[in-house]
Amino acid sequence: MHPNLSFDQAPPISVPYRFFLVAPWFGVMAGILLGWSGPDAFASRWTPEVLALTHLIALGFMLQAMSGALFQFIPVAVGGNVWHSRLVANAVQPMLVLATLLLVAGFLFSRPGLLSAAVPLFLLAVGGFVIAVALALWRTPATGMTLWAMRMAIGGLAVTVLLGALLAESLARGLTVSIVELTNIHLAWGLGGWALMLLAGVSYHVVPMFQLTRPYPLWFARGFGPLLLFLLLAWSGQYFLDEPRWPMAAGLPLLAIFFAYGGMTLWLQYTRRRKIHDATSLYFRVAMLSLLAFAISGAAFFLIPAIGADPRSVVWLGVLAFAGVFVSAITGMMYKITPFLNWLHLQRLGAPMSAVPNMKKMLAAEMMTGQLRLHVLALLLLLAAVWLPGLARLAGMAFAASSAWLGWNLISAVRRYQTFRDQIRAVALHC
Amino acid sequence: MSITAPLFQHHKHCDEIFADAEEACGKGDWTAGAAAFECLRGQLETHFASEEDLLFPAFEAATGMTSGPTEVMRGEHRQMRDLLAQMQGAVESRDSDAFGGAAETLLILMQQHNMKEENILYPMCDNALNSSDVGAALAERLK
Repeated sequence: MHPNLSFDQAPPISVPYRFFLVAPWFGVMAGILLGWSGPDAFASRWTPEVLALTHLIALGFMLQAMSGALFQFIPVAVGGNVWHSRLVANAVQPMLVLATLLLVAGFLFSRPGLLSAAVPLFLLAVGGFVIAVALALWRTPATGMTLWAMRMAIGGLAVTVLLGALLAESLARGLTVSIVELTNIHLAWGLGGWALMLLAGVSYHVVPMFQLTRPYPLWFARGFGPLLLFLLLAWSGQYFLDEPRWPMAAGLPLLAIFFAYGGMTLWLQYTRRRKIHDATSLYFRVAMLSLLAFAISGAAFFLIPAIGADPRSVVWLGVLAFAGVFVSAITGMMYKITPFLNWLHLQRLGAPMSAVPNMKKMLAAEMMTGQLRLHVLALLLLLAAVWLPGLARLAGMAFAASSAWLGWNLISAVRRYQTFRDQIRAVALHC
Repeated sequence: MSITAPLFQHHKHCDEIFADAEEACGKGDWTAGAAAFECLRGQLETHFASEEDLLFPAFEAATGMTSGPTEVMRGEHRQMRDLLAQMQGAVESRDSDAFGGAAETLLILMQQHNMKEENILYPMCDNALNSSDVGAALAERLK
């Protein structure tokens, strides 16, 4: 066997779960923060509240959940072996939690010292994670566009965190950098180069796998990642070029490929073979519709400067991207991964298969679809609150409630795993 | 055509029958559901047997890897056979919930199993068994 080829569904169940269980509570914090801040929070992208909210979701929810999922996905999808995954997860995850809290507090209370304290922690935590994952992704003998997308995504994460560290240090120490341009580039690499690149790479597998759709066309899978990377590099040129039309020239093609990915995924789902709907497929649909809305409104903001000049327009895009695209897609994925991992690890305990409850007994379908409905309501309220600030408190509370429900659902699934595990062990002891 | 191309195509064929069986049993159409399920179980058994009788022994003989990927794949075949037995029980007792739960589990297990085969094991087999007649035998069994 190839020395770096993992055919086992490593890692231990605690590795993805420690990330998954924490992620929703950052969503709860974000919702409470918005509810507490009230009508002025969404006035522009630069308010302390929006900066704090963005990083609660991007780092607390998205990075936590995506890191946990990567530990699980790499061995199964691309046969990679993450070096000492339990050790890396145990070291990285608490550091990420602490760094996120410090950064968010730094934004919220305008304390440069907290931003500076968060930077080395992020560099250490994300640096360790990137190195461990990159080694697994480069050593595997597997091939394919998912692998390449994952490699590009992990590079995108590294760029995002380095730019973020530079921005945080600039704010903390008053360095002379072009904050607006650098923030635009940091945001594009985080949302596009890391999050969307990873989502697309994973979609090439999981959309056909969960929904029994046709595969993404080869030309699409081959073209999307490299084109996204190229356009992100072009977008980053705005920092060096003194050309006011440059952001639009690079931004519109970027939005066009976001639209293409969202449209392609919706089309594949629409023409799928499997007729059953579940929370995962519906969540993916919400994510892709949000992505289409993001691309269309982003293009409108570029082309109709009168609307684009409103400081709330970027907040609108942020709500669509963070709450609409990524929180939705990630939640949908966790609702599929968690029951399966429960089942997979329980049946490895050596009990007869009939003693292991199936996936639907791990997490009740009504609890998932109920939480999905509340999330959609929260998303609509958040979008409305951008233009109708009076709704901000209600939107924040709805998002906090929806995230808490997600957190509770995941805790329930893990408790069921523990109950079934104890039952199986007790039976084995008496035999 | 690669040696493992017939297996690759047969995965898609099994996916289609799975969708038919799941839809019919989910709706409580047990006549159509039982027929589609029987077809699914037969096709999956043919697929597993083709790999266990032809492909895996040839790969193990060519590479000397007897306890590596093929062993893991055999283990997952056992798990899928157990889930198919649970689905059979649900068809006999006309229990849509039990069928749906086992079917959902089978689908994910089957898809991640196929993913590992298609991305990793089959390319390894294509390399190792380049000049053998295993491909023709597989095509014959799965036609």
